[in-house]
Amino acid sequence: MADIEIRGITKTYGPTRVLHGVDLSIANGEFLVILGPSGCGKSTLLRMIAGLETIDGGEIAIGGTIVNRLEPRERGCAMVFQNYALYPHMTVAENIGYALKVAGRPKAERLARIGEIAKIVGLEDYLDRKPSQLSGGQRQRVAMGRAMIREPKVFLFDEPLSNLDAKLRVQMRLEIRRLHQRLGATSIFVTHDQIEAMTLADRIVVMHGGRVEQVGAPRTLYATPATRFVASFLGSPAMNLMPAEILRPGLARIAGGVDIAFDPALFAAVPGQQVELGIRPEDVELVRPGTEGAHALAVQFVEEMGASRLVHGRLGEAEFAVVQPNGRGTEGGETLAIALPPSAIHLFDIGNGRRLGLEPQRLDAVRAA
Amino acid sequence: MQRRAAFDNLWLAGALIAPQLLLVLVFFYWPTVQALYWAFSTQPPFGGANQWVGWQNFEQIFSDSVYWNSVRVSIIFAILSTSLSIATALLMALMVDRQLAGHRVYRFIYFWPYAIAAPAVGLAFRFIFAPDAGFVSAVNQFAPNLWNPALKGWDAMILIVIANSWKMAAYNFIFFLAALQAIPRTLIEAAAMDGSGVLRRARDVQIPLLQPTLFFLLVINITESFVDSFGIVDITTGGGPARATDLMVFKIYSDGFKGLDYSMAAAQSIVLMLLVVALTFIQFRYVERRVHYA
Repeated sequence: MADIEIRGITKTYGPTRVLHGVDLSIANGEFLVILGPSGCGKSTLLRMIAGLETIDGGEIAIGGTIVNRLEPRERGCAMVFQNYALYPHMTVAENIGYALKVAGRPKAERLARIGEIAKIVGLEDYLDRKPSQLSGGQRQRVAMGRAMIREPKVFLFDEPLSNLDAKLRVQMRLEIRRLHQRLGATSIFVTHDQIEAMTLADRIVVMHGGRVEQVGAPRTLYATPATRFVASFLGSPAMNLMPAEILRPGLARIAGGVDIAFDPALFAAVPGQQVELGIRPEDVELVRPGTEGAHALAVQFVEEMGASRLVHGRLGEAEFAVVQPNGRGTEGGETLAIALPPSAIHLFDIGNGRRLGLEPQRLDAVRAA
Repeated sequence: MQRRAAFDNLWLAGALIAPQLLLVLVFFYWPTVQALYWAFSTQPPFGGANQWVGWQNFEQIFSDSVYWNSVRVSIIFAILSTSLSIATALLMALMVDRQLAGHRVYRFIYFWPYAIAAPAVGLAFRFIFAPDAGFVSAVNQFAPNLWNPALKGWDAMILIVIANSWKMAAYNFIFFLAALQAIPRTLIEAAAMDGSGVLRRARDVQIPLLQPTLFFLLVINITESFVDSFGIVDITTGGGPARATDLMVFKIYSDGFKGLDYSMAAAQSIVLMLLVVALTFIQFRYVERRVHYA
């Protein structure tokens, strides 16, 4: 068990800088998810913590010890790789027990530990198999067992679920969460899947282009994204985002002459300012035609999602999506009456993409009051 | 369904494969058949009347202690030079695969020796190991006559083993390096995370995964040391001293072309051929079973 301090980490490959000074502190026993699109530097950061990449600038401390110059084995981390990285010539038992063998533990102890771990990951009947004789989910379990047997201070997960099919992914997600509860080790989990991030994390770090965009609890990131990028990356279906001009405090106009009201207490925007206006499809309300303040959505097509449906259309000149609960059918060519609750509107600076006005922490206080 | 090119025109097909077939026929089957015929007959050195003698040539070589010496020497040579060249190549490939500074340069120059013809290799080593003037002659400064391949059988054997391994190691190196680079990098990383150091990773992960390559190279190297070592022996030791490096393939040459005893040389070629076939068979049959193909 250990806390991790990451201070001003940079990484450069040739002329390309992939990490631009990342600062993070991870509490002991926390489950932290690093979320970002491919190429954002999240895996590089994880591999630097593991000791598989050199650190160009800044420092990393695990449990108070600076590990910049330590070998991977001296850092007390265990890692689960995306492609599992199981030793193909060893049996499941040998794979799981390899770390103990390297550490020179006696055979009896090794076998006992392998047995325990196999029980936890549900592989007792497969100990004599080779990895090639296992299914994807079973291989994943071997990889987790191999990481667990050393009782590491820190667990590192490098997109471990992305090679599994959808159903297995959900199942393994739960198992990882359960495992974390049981072992309580500090865990860092890298993924590009926002649902994985939302469901697993105590805190999420959203990375983009080698920088940290926002750090916070899943709920906070979802409710008050600090940047346009976080707003668009988190949430499925994605947030509706469109350019707008502030007319006066509390009112903005989007292309096509549609005026949208927002909460002036939450955003410090000056009239004439160009902004990016966002609202989540699930925050949009469907109202009776003719209701005061309602807007007309020209429906183009509908995506069936089972529990709900996603209606795509145009609001003014902007592409716009709305979640419609089951019960009412809508078809392309129709017009829907929608209301945009002012409290659900997000505004971002059109230049740097930052949220206008209050910082998320203060915003939480305002909301609570 | 397998896609195959089909030729309706048999004449065209025949014409297309004819040149290749002709080459194989002239340079492989014809000499083989000729050697078989010679092995069972007596050939006068200057042509003319030959006589069918059945197994007599074979009986003669098998009862000859000089021949058995040559078999013994060949086996020693094969074992030593195969082990040395494979071990050296494996070490070089493992080092280059670590991608330390300058690994590209090493990758390049490690392969060079294979591009050099065997007689040239022999000549270079003959100079290097010359007891009176060579690079290694320095040892004789301290202990006179410690090193003299012209007089001591084992010195001569060491000389040809080193020369041959020097050349074959370059060849083996390329295969090992290619195989090492085919091992997923994350396996090495996983082993590093499991606490395994460089040497331990090589022993536990890399070398076991190299087994198919190792097996292939074992077959190639042993075969090569039996049939392709002529050039080096001819230039460096000439089979001496006192037949200490009289490898089977060199003896065939000296009996046939120096001694002009075509029949005995042909019989020996047949024996060597059968020996190589048998060795390869044994290797595939018994060694390959224990090889893990990942």
